[in-house]
Amino acid sequence: MSAQTNAVPSDTPILECRDLSISYTGRTGDVPAVVRFSLSLMRGEAHGLVGESGCGKSTIALAIMRYLGKAGRVVGGKILFEGRDLLAVEGDELRKIRGGAIAMIYQEPMASLNPSMTIGGQLTEVPMYHEGLGLRDAAARTLAMLDRVRMADAGRIMRSYPHQISGGQQQRVVIAMALLSNPQLLLLDEPTTALDVTVEAGIVDLIRSISAELGTSMLYISHNLGLVRETCARVTVMYSGEAVEVGSVASVFRGMRHPYTRGLFASMPVPSADKNSRPLTSIPGQPPPPGVRPAGCSFGPRCGFFVAGRCDSERVPMSAVAPGHASRCLRTGEIAWEAAPAPALGGAAAGFGGIALEIKGLTKRYGPVVANDALTFDARQGETLAIVGESGCGKSTFARILMGLIQASSGSIELAGLELSRLPVTRRSADTIRSLQMIFQNPFDTLNPSHTVGSQIARVIRKLGVRREEPRIRERVLELLDLVKLPRDFAERRPRQLSGGQKQRVAVARAFAGNPTVVVADEPLSALDVSVQAAVTELLVDIQRREGTTLLFISHDLSVVRYLSDRIVVMYLGRIMEQGRTHEVFAPPYHPYTEALLAAVPLADQRYAKRKVLLTGDTPSASNPPSGCRFSTRCPYKILGTCDRLAPPLQEFAPGHRIACHLPRERLLAMQPVFEEVNL
Amino acid sequence: MGNLIGRRAAQMLLIMLTVSLLLFAIFDSDQFREKAAVAELGGFGVATLSDADYHAWLEKKGLNEPFFARYAGWLTSVLHGDLGRSMEKDIAVSTLLKGSLANTAALAFFVFLGLIPVSLTLGVLAGMNEGSRLDRVISFVAVFTTSIPQIATAVLLTVILSLGLGWVPAKSAMTDGWSFRELVLPLLTLLLYDIGYLVRMTRAAMTDVMASQYIRTAILKGLPYRRVILQHALRNALIVPVTLIFLELNGLLSQVVVVEVFFQYAGFGRMLFDAANFGDIQVVQAATLVAVCVAVSSQLLSDAAYIFLNPRVRFA
Amino acid sequence: MNSRIVVLLALVWLPLTAYVMFRPQLGALGTYLLLPAIPGVILLYALALRSWRESWVAILGVSLVCFWLLMAVTAPYLPLVDPNKPLVPFVAPGGIRHGVLFLLGSDMRGRDVLSRTVWGCQRVLVWGLTATSAAYVVGAGCGLIGGYLGGWWDEIVSFAGNVLLSFPVMVLLILVLNLLGQSGFNIIIAVTCSSAPVIMRIVRGLALDAKSRDYIQAAQTRGEHPLWIMLVELLPNVRGPIIVDACLRLGYTTVAITALTFLGLGLQPPDPDWGLMIKEAATAALLWKYSYMLIVPALAVSSLILGFNLIADGLREMSLRD
Repeated sequence: MSAQTNAVPSDTPILECRDLSISYTGRTGDVPAVVRFSLSLMRGEAHGLVGESGCGKSTIALAIMRYLGKAGRVVGGKILFEGRDLLAVEGDELRKIRGGAIAMIYQEPMASLNPSMTIGGQLTEVPMYHEGLGLRDAAARTLAMLDRVRMADAGRIMRSYPHQISGGQQQRVVIAMALLSNPQLLLLDEPTTALDVTVEAGIVDLIRSISAELGTSMLYISHNLGLVRETCARVTVMYSGEAVEVGSVASVFRGMRHPYTRGLFASMPVPSADKNSRPLTSIPGQPPPPGVRPAGCSFGPRCGFFVAGRCDSERVPMSAVAPGHASRCLRTGEIAWEAAPAPALGGAAAGFGGIALEIKGLTKRYGPVVANDALTFDARQGETLAIVGESGCGKSTFARILMGLIQASSGSIELAGLELSRLPVTRRSADTIRSLQMIFQNPFDTLNPSHTVGSQIARVIRKLGVRREEPRIRERVLELLDLVKLPRDFAERRPRQLSGGQKQRVAVARAFAGNPTVVVADEPLSALDVSVQAAVTELLVDIQRREGTTLLFISHDLSVVRYLSDRIVVMYLGRIMEQGRTHEVFAPPYHPYTEALLAAVPLADQRYAKRKVLLTGDTPSASNPPSGCRFSTRCPYKILGTCDRLAPPLQEFAPGHRIACHLPRERLLAMQPVFEEVNL
Repeated sequence: MGNLIGRRAAQMLLIMLTVSLLLFAIFDSDQFREKAAVAELGGFGVATLSDADYHAWLEKKGLNEPFFARYAGWLTSVLHGDLGRSMEKDIAVSTLLKGSLANTAALAFFVFLGLIPVSLTLGVLAGMNEGSRLDRVISFVAVFTTSIPQIATAVLLTVILSLGLGWVPAKSAMTDGWSFRELVLPLLTLLLYDIGYLVRMTRAAMTDVMASQYIRTAILKGLPYRRVILQHALRNALIVPVTLIFLELNGLLSQVVVVEVFFQYAGFGRMLFDAANFGDIQVVQAATLVAVCVAVSSQLLSDAAYIFLNPRVRFA
Repeated sequence: MNSRIVVLLALVWLPLTAYVMFRPQLGALGTYLLLPAIPGVILLYALALRSWRESWVAILGVSLVCFWLLMAVTAPYLPLVDPNKPLVPFVAPGGIRHGVLFLLGSDMRGRDVLSRTVWGCQRVLVWGLTATSAAYVVGAGCGLIGGYLGGWWDEIVSFAGNVLLSFPVMVLLILVLNLLGQSGFNIIIAVTCSSAPVIMRIVRGLALDAKSRDYIQAAQTRGEHPLWIMLVELLPNVRGPIIVDACLRLGYTTVAITALTFLGLGLQPPDPDWGLMIKEAATAALLWKYSYMLIVPALAVSSLILGFNLIADGLREMSLRD
């Protein structure tokens, strides 16, 4: 599964951080970002650095590159590269190490490439400056490297500007750029976060093969435990600037010995469970704000195993729990690690009522672009229906039509007997608006920064006519804050005083202010950290169950979708590829696209293995969609002459489980499951 | 690229047409027509002009024709270079304009000659090292020179360089023929403000670029600092300043009014000011038209430069 | 905090505007009218000192501006001679003639330069503030309409703006004043014509950016009226850059008004005005020993504009830090 070390064993680590401390100078003094961090990375090893946003993982990478900016500086400890003190290297020598011996791959490939230079120009200068190659040799080397990162049409790419190629191609260019100088160490800072899942899967596969073939050492920084499992042999878990657990991926992920790591796993959905059988457990509270560090264990205030007087007395040291596995916890020997995490109460599967929302042949055209093409599905009362797809699949267009922000070109949407597909929100009655509410994607954008939380919820109540008298409106605001488990004094706060998760809770409160019958949630979790995601997910499930609301959950994250939804609609380039109940969609027969999507989801849980299905290329542009089946350009099962010419037929495998595909029925039925439970 | 520029050109043409219509409508109003009649017939005021005389005059001038017919006629003659006659000086407006525009163009030439190298260099130097001592000094001086209005700069420069030190003459009327010494004060006045402005803009563009992720990429690729700046940073940082240099032409037409009047330099601004004071309608009308024409062309050039310099737009 | 600033600004600006624009009609009342504005200015200054203490640039700027505001509201109560009364011509700064001390000298008609400078700031401040506000009301309104409503509204508003922007500013000002005649109110119209399109562009850009935000979509999905969205949801969130621009624009307007009076357009003599003082001195007394007549008003107008610009710089710096 992981990249095994096949390089020469050596006693000196290629990279070593010893008690590294980094601070940023702020207006209020120094704020520590990394505290006494130690790491040793052996030759040819791939080491994962995981943690939630703000834990200091990217700062470490920038410190290794000696690029902390004006405000940041190393205040203690050492960084050794092949035994040399990196912090003492200056001038030309530093320049040779940067991009020569150590190369970096960045989170946002588009922003990392110079917009006014050709790709070729930006690539060839690496061998030209590091090895003094001439332009011709450098270009030849670059072309070979583009081939190596599996880039088709390398010659054209060389002449292109960054904005002319897709996000996946841009990231391949950045990887090629890093590899051009044959570095001994690669730093990867969330290299796939900005990409779609199926594109991500390709890049991850490439990274894995690089470390296997070239024996390059890698430091892989990610918030995604699944990606680390797929790419690394060892892992360091970070929390609030500190390493809290380190060990091999197998031992840490299977037998974690730090309450934080355990909390992270408990807040992630697993393939075998859903909201009814095993609810997610979130980590209570939030990470301490930078600069305010609790005494003793920094995870103490959020830890379920916290013992006052012991955990908060002095800094907890790293202690070995097994060979090569250490944890920064005092109670490693006392906690029953194998026991199921805190028994959260599951709920009975709710019964569904009649059809709440019915969509028939819904189509939206923007000139030549068909954003939604004959969508047909329905949602029942109290049901969670997930709409799944990658960027450009038309899921957000559908949400905008449903909310009345734009109008459909043809087809219908029926809500409680009312036709909505061409009824703009301005002409909808307060009742209709109240019964159809939305939760938006970006928590940092969903609340108006200029008004208090309370006044924004109150505005909804007043506008939708839920209550009319001021004291009763106020009362309802407080009730709603209770409902989303926020303290009542948050009513007086402004959005900037809230964390992302808290903002999203307010957004939930706002959506449920008028007892809606249908709530559309457009990627409400994608911008949140894992531990916070769990809390918001549980909140949604809980409220929905209590109020009997229909939830349309729009997402690209299949693991959350599997956990949360009762039924799934899979979309690709404006069309529905497959729909059915959750367990039907997640088991064969699959639509080839569904299969690829499932296989692309990184999986952290060691109890499962998955089959490799790789798609080639990127999603075609919606303005020039492929003829026939929209997926035909990337489909591994493509039948030439059929798939690329004729629209696929709908095949029904169970009541409501429909797949739009040309493959013969037997072929679809014979598909193997993507996931497999491994017996350990 | 050609397509984009063509579209901008069409927009500009539409704007020019609207402006010309606007100007024609304004100066075609009764108020100005009477003024013109009085001036031409040598009356001492509207009161002395009898209704009959006035109407006869209108008839003779063809001013009773429908509005759009007259507009079309006017536009045709404008396009043929006939901009009317100056009432004050009794010469063709085009002759008057040619002379004054040439003088202003000479002034503008020297302004750009100083402006471009000085401000781009200083702006890039300041923006390259944000927060450094050099940056602080350059930025502070730039805030200072842009804060002093040109009228005050003109005063201070005159007092110091001319009245105090006696290095250059205080006025630039050039009564004894063209002299560069007389041009120094208006030139410096214009330069001080414009350099400050362009330095600030260049610095802002440069600091943005230096903070960008692609510069980080370039540095962490191990490129020499010179190459990072010259090859990676400048290409992006200079896009905005270059477009602003073209737009400066428009600003200059505005700034020269005060400066030329103060130093009595016989340029475009001075001519416009004189004509406005005297009520020389046809000159005001023609001067405005020409000014707008220059301004619109400079906008078009600026847009074209932006499109040309920015691959993201060029190959969109 | 914000509401207090608005109240204080009104407390200073309204009496001052009434005093400058309608003094003849006010009669005896005029003498007392400016009294409440004096504590207003002091409080405003104190408030600014407290909330901007992080930025010495902004403090320096507000000190300059408040100094001139204080001069403007206290001018009638200061022991100054009548700014329009000819006493002794060409007295050098510091000279005493007939028992009158001419601290900054007297001009060619014998009027006290100090008194004229202090009184002169009233006109610049009042007309500058009023004209800028008018330009803002028109410009921000059009910008919101163009940016938020889009479509034909945007086409119309943007085209009108582009037409006005194609005139060089001074040419436009001269044209408008020539058309409408010369008065303070027409200066407001002229400045609005030249500034509103620029403001419109800025606000339109900000509105376009804010429009795609989720909180605006949230307001749309609950069926809010576009007017509510523009004024309550959009406007408060674009105020930061707008306030910075407003400070800069106050400076530009001051420059424009001074330049216009220097050209003999707009505000008319005999009341003192900095542009007018420069014009008179430049035509009648262009000699080294009389240069104080030029330098005093030039420095006065420069310091006021520097003040506005420094406030803008300081505010921008502070907004970037948060």
